[in-house]
Amino acid sequence: MNNRRGVLTVIGALVALAIIAPFTSSYAIILITHALIFAILAMSVDLLLGYTGLPSMGQAAYLGMGAYLTAILATQFDFGLGWSFWVVVGLGILVGAATAAFFGLFAIRATGVYFLMITLALGMCVWGLAYRWNSLTGGDNGINLPPRPQFGIALANDVTYFYLVLGFFVASLALLYVLVKSPFGRSLEGIRERELRMRLLGYNTWLHKYIAFVIAGGFGGLAGVLWAHMNGLVSPEDVILTTSVDALLMVVLGGPGTLVGGAIGAGVVVFLREYLATIVPWWQYVLGGVYILTILYLPGGLMGIPERIRRRRALSGSPEQAGKLEATSH
Amino acid sequence: MSGKTTGRFTRMSLAACLAFAVGVSTAPATAAEELRIGFLAPLTGGFAQIGKDMSNGFQLYLDEVGGNFAGAKVTFIVEDEEGKPPVGVRKAEKLIRQDKVHLFMGGLLASTGYALAPVSTRLKTVYVASIPAADDLTQRESEKYPYVVRTGWSSSQPSHPFGEWACEQGYKRIAVVAADYAFGYEVVGGFQKAFEDCGGRIIQKIWPPLGTNDFGPFIPTLKKDADAIFTLMVGPMALQFPKQLLAAGIKKPVIGGGTSYDEYVLPSMGDEVIGHVSALQYSAALDNPKNAAFVKKYREKYGKVPSYYSESNYTTAQMIHEVMKQTGGKWPGATKFIELLSKIKLDAVRGPVQLDEMRNPVQNIYIKKVEKKKMHGFAQDELWNTVIKTYPNVGQFWKYGKAEFLKQPVYSRDYPPCKYCD
Amino acid sequence: MDTQFWVIQAFNGVSYGALLFLLASGLSLIFGVMRIVNLAHGSYFLLGGYVALSVIWSADSWLLAIPVAALSIAAVGLAMERVFLTRVGEDPLRQVLLTVGFAFLFQQGALDIWGGDPFNIVPPDRLKESVVIGGLYFPLYRVFMIGLAAAMGLTLWLMMEKTRTGAMVRAAVDDSEMARGVGIDTSRVSMFIFALGAFLAALGGVIGGGFLGIYPGLDFAILPLAFAVVIIGGMGSLGGAAIGSLLVGLADNFGKALFPEVSYFTLYAPMVLILAWKPTGLFGRD
Repeated sequence: MNNRRGVLTVIGALVALAIIAPFTSSYAIILITHALIFAILAMSVDLLLGYTGLPSMGQAAYLGMGAYLTAILATQFDFGLGWSFWVVVGLGILVGAATAAFFGLFAIRATGVYFLMITLALGMCVWGLAYRWNSLTGGDNGINLPPRPQFGIALANDVTYFYLVLGFFVASLALLYVLVKSPFGRSLEGIRERELRMRLLGYNTWLHKYIAFVIAGGFGGLAGVLWAHMNGLVSPEDVILTTSVDALLMVVLGGPGTLVGGAIGAGVVVFLREYLATIVPWWQYVLGGVYILTILYLPGGLMGIPERIRRRRALSGSPEQAGKLEATSH
Repeated sequence: MSGKTTGRFTRMSLAACLAFAVGVSTAPATAAEELRIGFLAPLTGGFAQIGKDMSNGFQLYLDEVGGNFAGAKVTFIVEDEEGKPPVGVRKAEKLIRQDKVHLFMGGLLASTGYALAPVSTRLKTVYVASIPAADDLTQRESEKYPYVVRTGWSSSQPSHPFGEWACEQGYKRIAVVAADYAFGYEVVGGFQKAFEDCGGRIIQKIWPPLGTNDFGPFIPTLKKDADAIFTLMVGPMALQFPKQLLAAGIKKPVIGGGTSYDEYVLPSMGDEVIGHVSALQYSAALDNPKNAAFVKKYREKYGKVPSYYSESNYTTAQMIHEVMKQTGGKWPGATKFIELLSKIKLDAVRGPVQLDEMRNPVQNIYIKKVEKKKMHGFAQDELWNTVIKTYPNVGQFWKYGKAEFLKQPVYSRDYPPCKYCD
Repeated sequence: MDTQFWVIQAFNGVSYGALLFLLASGLSLIFGVMRIVNLAHGSYFLLGGYVALSVIWSADSWLLAIPVAALSIAAVGLAMERVFLTRVGEDPLRQVLLTVGFAFLFQQGALDIWGGDPFNIVPPDRLKESVVIGGLYFPLYRVFMIGLAAAMGLTLWLMMEKTRTGAMVRAAVDDSEMARGVGIDTSRVSMFIFALGAFLAALGGVIGGGFLGIYPGLDFAILPLAFAVVIIGGMGSLGGAAIGSLLVGLADNFGKALFPEVSYFTLYAPMVLILAWKPTGLFGRD
């Protein structure tokens, strides 16, 4: 995708969103906020999947760690409800990254389907603890949080909270963009393409993957902090396997390796689960269908559609155009 | 040229998003004589049939009165909470913000009740808890939830008289097997308190997780010197436990919480549950004309005997109707509605019901025993929960007095403590 | 905890493991031969139970229900493999997402067809009894489960070791390129294995339905256990699946009996440790 134009388009879309959102209904705005939080999680999954080639099936665990930390600090220590909210944000990122640092020691040695399996198991461990460690996590009751923090501005206002989440989303997107465009990011893509070659070139691929994993965990933790205050409730249901699988779908549907694709995918999946589900009883068929059709027919995800249309147009046009296209694409 | 396609695609996507946002924004206008009721029930997942029972119960009453409460046309919106508290919260938000419901009700699990109550406070909307039995909603935490009215029951409410009944039967030592979550703790806690107060002893507490289907690990640990076994099962668990207990050769008397033998699961059970006794504020085998009519009507319409899930929502619908009669079919606003609902006295299908000052029902508690027989004029022999004793006017505090009761902590895994467990 | 306790718990653990073997052996073979991660495997289990129920309700025969259910779900699995999975190739993530999509479809479909009530698959009366040895009750149904799993295991082993088909399967597991090189139609082998896996899972569902019940959500509840077995026992190894099922059955049983508070953790933590040490599972081959 043409970089400059792409960046401008994204910025334009974000500005449009920021302007329009407060004028939508009070329900639409919490749906959008919900989607933005999961967009952060999805982008962290994209860092791993799209850029590093690591299909992690347990990223919901880091969202869970951030969310539970926020809830426990708010209820048991009365912490994080004023300016200290920003400290909790930092702690949430840290706990996500630290958990990933610990889990990564087990997981990063594996590749492909084995990586999938072990991240699945790790995610289930977190779920198991959330569900059974009653005294800490409230078990299946979960933890009810006090009203959203207030520090000059009242986050209890849904529009205000939307802007806060949007801000975090933009910051995450920007940081991740800088990261993937950096030499480190390029090395990750190299590992995705041909890990052996990278190793032969002298790269410590294990360390690269590990760092990416930790960073993704950090963003997951951030999403968790925001998620805890979204609904005012943290529950083991937030860290079930389906959440991790949904995050993967968001990336695959949106387009792996595009960052923004994850955000778009998040929007679609949240729309399906939260809105379509309330309109029609057969929404789960649609969800299943989206999974299946995306895999079969949209290898590049939604973000890959313009490219495919372009290719088809070029191929149906002149041979020189087709040749030019082949030369410029990767 | 390369940017054009991207640009066009992006513009189309933005347009689509805008259309969606606007579409979501157009909320229905509030008509003067319209009552919008949001209903949360599990329609998918392991509790899917319970969810159906819940909404069917409400719908039956609605159909009886022609969809109209004293002049107010009732719009009944059912949303799937999947048996998960966070989904319940999100769907409640949708019902309140998008559908602008006047009140929302339902939810199944006690944990969902604890999650929905804060929503009612935050969005200042009435929540009628027709099923969630979480004790503290109308006890120690009731001040936090001024918009909550409970029309079903509190978890420990039937357990208190049941504990007394157990003493009367001569049971001295009882082992407990109960689902490991708040509802389980509260049902067991109430039973333990009353049972130990009249001289009984709980000698063991086993807590299989909610959703357990293989009780193999737990049954062999049951103490051999128990006089009886108290079981609290919910949903599909209720179906498996009695079978596996019998297969393991345990022949002791079995008693349990109401959900262990409720009519939701009773038709799928076999002869292994005959003679099991439970306690609840409803039984489909209540032998009076009002209930017989209700059971026959429900069965004819939905093909199943009504469970307490059905009755509770049917009676709640009736209560709401009674309130609307007093306001001439006009929604009186949240606070007034709660005030009026709290004063309702009804001769319901389950018997006489009224609400106490914490907005929890005071009602009959029936001790019921599973028997195989013909009932209400149906031709076949089936399993029914025959009522063998009635405790009238049972409130959530039983004989303890509100102040004294509230001083003790909420029933939990460790409260009351298991003094006689080894 | 006296001897009686240990004996009964071991027996329970073994019988649960027997059920898991039926469920997981198929998954393990599917992975071994086709490197496919099939998240719809739990759905096969559940659908097998539901189909059996329909057969019992209409034809009143439990005995007939077993093969009908197992074969019909084998057909479903076969169709899924031929029509969809072949187009996805070897990318494990795409397989996961594709099969999850099907799992959602199956889940909703089952709910629409059979409703939400929990059911029991009621076996013949004789299997409802218990055998009493030394004062201990051994439910015959559990004995039956162990017997059936052992019989299936033996049949599978014989097939793998002693038949030509089995040799072809083993060749495809070890090195599919070489297998193709010597003229083995690996596509046909894949088809056969996938159908066999679905068959076994559905069989597990029919048998499990008399013991665990059949209800919505069982598909996703049983799936992590199947994966635990495959991971612990090793992907692609029948013997590994047998040992894995035994270990998981016993660990789950004893874990719940002795440390009920951390019961889920006691299952997944060993999974992680084993995978970290040996990514292909204890007896896995890669």
